[in-house]
Amino acid sequence: MDHIEMPRDDAGAKLGMWIFIFTEILLFGGLFLVYAVMRHRYSEDFHLASQQLNTFIGALNTAVLLVSSMTVAMSITAIQKKNKKMATLFLVITLLCAGIFLVDKYFEWGHKISLSLYPGTDLMDSLRYGYILFFSLYFFMTGLHLLHLVIGAVILTVALVKVRLGLINDENFVLLENGGLYWHLVDLIWIFLFPLLYLVT
Amino acid sequence: MISEEKHVTPYPVYAKVLTGLLVLTAITILVPWINLTAATVLIALLIASTKAGIVLTYFMHLKMEIMLFRILVIMVLLIYLSVILLTFSDYMFR
Repeated sequence: MDHIEMPRDDAGAKLGMWIFIFTEILLFGGLFLVYAVMRHRYSEDFHLASQQLNTFIGALNTAVLLVSSMTVAMSITAIQKKNKKMATLFLVITLLCAGIFLVDKYFEWGHKISLSLYPGTDLMDSLRYGYILFFSLYFFMTGLHLLHLVIGAVILTVALVKVRLGLINDENFVLLENGGLYWHLVDLIWIFLFPLLYLVT
Repeated sequence: MISEEKHVTPYPVYAKVLTGLLVLTAITILVPWINLTAATVLIALLIASTKAGIVLTYFMHLKMEIMLFRILVIMVLLIYLSVILLTFSDYMFR
């Protein structure tokens, strides 16, 4: 039986992902705007509250995501060079970086939660309004980002499996490209989240 | 079937891009320590925007793609910029 080649539109697929990325930019952009206005209004509270955050872990997470962006881009080069082994390696490193980020987040949030510094606690309600705002924004924005990171990791895991199975190869790698684009978006968001939340002075 | 991707970006290019990004990150962190001025936020945002531009251009392949993608990205950023300007021009005068 003949293998039927389904018509593909790789450029269209990529465009679709870019359009989706635009909606995500506007989504997080809107949140940044809320943060900016509130920060302007409660500058002192935001400044004090942000000192509760661990800048070292934040910086580490930034570096980890930047490295993972490089490795996912490299995996695309590898697959274009028909190097399945390197593509696999780079994807695995990318996913490991995602894991490191998750572990860091676990420690960060865990620390805050152990201090009852999260929305809804009595401690939080007793603090000044600017404080409450900062922490609500902090948990919401980093939480939403974390969700996107997990989704990106799932997509890249699917891509990894398909690379291993040969379904993603040098002639058909648009899924890997789009997964990579989504991952870069996750990185882009964090590039802005980090200074806005952790380096507010 | 549209077959593009004549452009295979060499590994060293990506490595250099990462180095630049890490350097910019280091600068972002050090700036608040050097100069505790109000300009710190502006500088941090400028550096972050530069990093974002680098990620978009090289990691996300905008430099190698057809012009359409670059135009679309710029359009979306302009839309977002307009929203920021409108919001602040309202908020600042309350």
